[in-house]
Amino acid sequence: MDIVTELLSGSKLAIARAITAVENEYDDAVNIMQKIYPHTGKCYIIGITGPPGAGKSTLTDKLTKEYRSRGKTVGIIAVDPSSPFSGGAILGDRIRMNELTMDDGVFIRSMATRGSLGGMSRKTAEVVKILDAAGKDIVIVETVGVGQSEVDIVKTADTTLVVLVPGMGDDIQAIKAGILEIGDVFAINKADREGVERLNLEIEMMLDLDQGENTWRPKVMRTVASQNQGVVELVDAIEEHAAHMIQSGLIQRRRFERTRTEILAMLDEAINIYLMKKVAGSKFEKLLAEVNQRQNDPYSAVKAILAEVLK
Amino acid sequence: MEKRIRVLVAKPGLDGHDRGAKVVARALRDAGFEVIYTGIRLTPEQIAEAALQEDVNVVALSLLSGAHNTLFPRIAALLKQKGLTDILTIGGGVIPDSDIPGLKAAGIAEVFTPGTPTTKIIEYIKANVK
Amino acid sequence: MANESLKAKREAYDAKVAKALAKNPERINLPKLRLATPLDIEGFDYEKDLGFPGEYPYTRGVQPTMYRGRFWTMRMYAGFSTAEESNKRYRYLLESGGTGLSCAFDLPTQIGLDSDDPKSEGEIGKVGVAIDSLADMEILFDQIDLGKVSTSMTINAPASVLLAMYIAVAEKKGISADKLNGTIQNDILKEYAARGTYIFPPKPSMRLITNIFAYCAQNVPHWNTISISGYHIREAGSTASQEIAFTIADGIAYCEAAIKAGLNVDDFAGRLSFFWNAHNNVLEEVAKFRASRRVWAKVMKERFGATNPKSWMLRVHTQTAGSMLTAQQPDNNVVRVALQTAAAVMGGTQSLHTNSKDEALALPTEASVRVALRTQQIVAEESGLADVVDPLGGSYYVEALTNQIEAECWDYIKKIDDQGGAVVAIEKGYIQREIQDSAYKWQMEVEKKERIIVGVNKYQIVEKPPEGLLRVDAAVGEFQKGKLAKMKAGRDNAAVAAKLAALESACKDENVNLMPVIKDAVLVYATLGEICGVMRKVFGEYQPTVSL
Repeated sequence: MDIVTELLSGSKLAIARAITAVENEYDDAVNIMQKIYPHTGKCYIIGITGPPGAGKSTLTDKLTKEYRSRGKTVGIIAVDPSSPFSGGAILGDRIRMNELTMDDGVFIRSMATRGSLGGMSRKTAEVVKILDAAGKDIVIVETVGVGQSEVDIVKTADTTLVVLVPGMGDDIQAIKAGILEIGDVFAINKADREGVERLNLEIEMMLDLDQGENTWRPKVMRTVASQNQGVVELVDAIEEHAAHMIQSGLIQRRRFERTRTEILAMLDEAINIYLMKKVAGSKFEKLLAEVNQRQNDPYSAVKAILAEVLK
Repeated sequence: MEKRIRVLVAKPGLDGHDRGAKVVARALRDAGFEVIYTGIRLTPEQIAEAALQEDVNVVALSLLSGAHNTLFPRIAALLKQKGLTDILTIGGGVIPDSDIPGLKAAGIAEVFTPGTPTTKIIEYIKANVK
Repeated sequence: MANESLKAKREAYDAKVAKALAKNPERINLPKLRLATPLDIEGFDYEKDLGFPGEYPYTRGVQPTMYRGRFWTMRMYAGFSTAEESNKRYRYLLESGGTGLSCAFDLPTQIGLDSDDPKSEGEIGKVGVAIDSLADMEILFDQIDLGKVSTSMTINAPASVLLAMYIAVAEKKGISADKLNGTIQNDILKEYAARGTYIFPPKPSMRLITNIFAYCAQNVPHWNTISISGYHIREAGSTASQEIAFTIADGIAYCEAAIKAGLNVDDFAGRLSFFWNAHNNVLEEVAKFRASRRVWAKVMKERFGATNPKSWMLRVHTQTAGSMLTAQQPDNNVVRVALQTAAAVMGGTQSLHTNSKDEALALPTEASVRVALRTQQIVAEESGLADVVDPLGGSYYVEALTNQIEAECWDYIKKIDDQGGAVVAIEKGYIQREIQDSAYKWQMEVEKKERIIVGVNKYQIVEKPPEGLLRVDAAVGEFQKGKLAKMKAGRDNAAVAAKLAALESACKDENVNLMPVIKDAVLVYATLGEICGVMRKVFGEYQPTVSL
């Protein structure tokens, strides 16, 4: 099977294998990515984040069904944290999307963070490209928003949807800042619970403070995903944001920045690998010992290494 | 690069007793595997399709309702049909020993009957995964 | 003071123990309380904490003379394959001395699917009897006097339909509903939390349950409308305290729903019943049973303000722990079941099912089910345990353990209350996670040999696979489908369509009690799948919360 040809014609097996190659950094991964790159840049990327228990997976399931009824094909990347102890992970988002498994217009892949959070964003971006090249109109990246890493992952998106639930105790306080700042659309899910009004108010107040020079005022929507309520309106809101992004030219700017960030990150990694190769060895260990014993200092040591490496 | 073993844990058919499947899923996670846990009430078609999209190395089926002779072979056949020939398919649950040869002939690599320690399942996967 | 002297003596004992431990360490994983003395039940008030059997708070039992008058009902859970086969097994059990029927239904039936549904493939008749319509129910109870026998039906999401069928069968035999005795399990919350055979979401499910409460209060007054179950929660891996705590929390949720629906607590509470597990640790189980009665009595009297003593009584059916049966050396299971039976009897159960030795791998054969029944009969007639009421009452250890389990139970109930009740706790996955954590802990203990299971991680032998296990013939599926097709062709399909349409309208109106409407549909031989199909259409299907 020629993975690239198959992938470009939408073969699910090829998509799956390509994603694995990228995740595991197989030898042919770069080749695959190079070949499919010209075919990317078409899909619209939605990032979904929010605290655990907010109902993101259920909402993703319903959003996808709505997009399908509007004639779009959808790729979904569901990201879950790896265990810091064992390195393993339980990827359980698919449970909420079991019906979508049988929809030929939908591809769902579960990914674990594998402990390397910076690397995770890059890998997710690559998987987005794979789904993009395979012809998906929309790609949804769903993560658990409890840390900086997840904020990074979602920065790969054109529209970021933040999902919150009422009655989570300290509500806004419980959620780290950063997540709230990146939201283009907010969804208060399980909106049939107590505390909806208060949460809505808190979000609006925070948005008031943050308005700045933004031309888009984030929308705050309400859903009860489990009952499929508010989903149509939510998709409309996302589409509204998408239209805004496109009409204002913001989408070009964001994607340009993304390309810049991506290349810089790849450069950074490549340089690091090169550096580590060059630096390994007894010469380096000797320098380290000297610095540790105060016979040398870190600043001089680095200067010496660079001089050597950049020869 | 660290390659992680990916396992799909699923309960086909109508049986809802998931204590075993959940314990196995957790044990596999603690052994460093990535476990795609898909829950209960799955059709063979859903399991095979999920295995394809997730490009798993192992499909682990749990069933306690006696329907294994119908459902396990069907899943093995669907995996083969989809070109997923490298997947290790294993099963567990309430399965009489006399049914095991038939299941193996149908493509189930190994069956783990009640009382099997999770360590045995983990070792088996590590030794036999492609 | 006597206490001071005792405290001093205990300290001396503890010192001796410390010395002994240095030479002879104790085994691992033992209870902290090594030896119970009056000091461990300080503040014990006989009248307040125990009272007398048949009296609030019922710690010692719900009847004054317990088994001295009548043994517990020996109710063996049975059912498999076709109604014809199961009917044979029911009559065999009754002839062998069983005193009540207990029906097991296959998974398609439990999930409201007919045998001709594609999802039923491979599952028909496997874990219970296949019931597609009233026609099957009539065969199931052929030659059985429903006026004399009490029947328990393990059916939850479609309980309304099976109950309607049972009543219809009885009425056709000339027995009016008000003469019927029995139980339907009808406990949807534990399906969501532990057992998995749910259909509809919580709100419509609660409506069906309260409809049944109201209907039976009027028409089937001797029927236990619900068996609030802890058995499955325990089987899913919970501890003893969690078993009763989560179940009682479910019970609280049902009472609140019924009251919200306009029922008076004393109108339905007397017909609520429970279902416990009889697990291996005999003393802990006895304490658990006693604690559960005391907690429920307090809940009903103080929290719900029930005034009828019948409302305060926790009546319970028990089953020996299926999850403790081993596939290895199955004869050992007979011993396990005997000990679990002793625990249930000393715990004061009203009815009991004992598992058969071969059930780790299959449904029981006639021979092995007879041994299981005899186990109950031997404990009843030969062991003396049934001859005295609450024989372990007053044991320092059992009273201390009863108090401890009661305290843990209240703790969990408060945690669940703080979350907004059992329905919310299940939605959030709290109860499921607690159960899963206990299950995982147990498994790791077994694998590390901190918990011994004879024949499995100690005293293993090399053995041949067992022979002569019960097999449900694959042809059963075809047979059942054939029966169903024939029935559908021969019935008045116009009447069926009309009754199903009436059901659909009734489902949409929250104020209508669905039982009479369902009964109408059942009487014209609408199938279980057709009736549940209508309800699925209107109510939707439950989407579970899974958090590992």
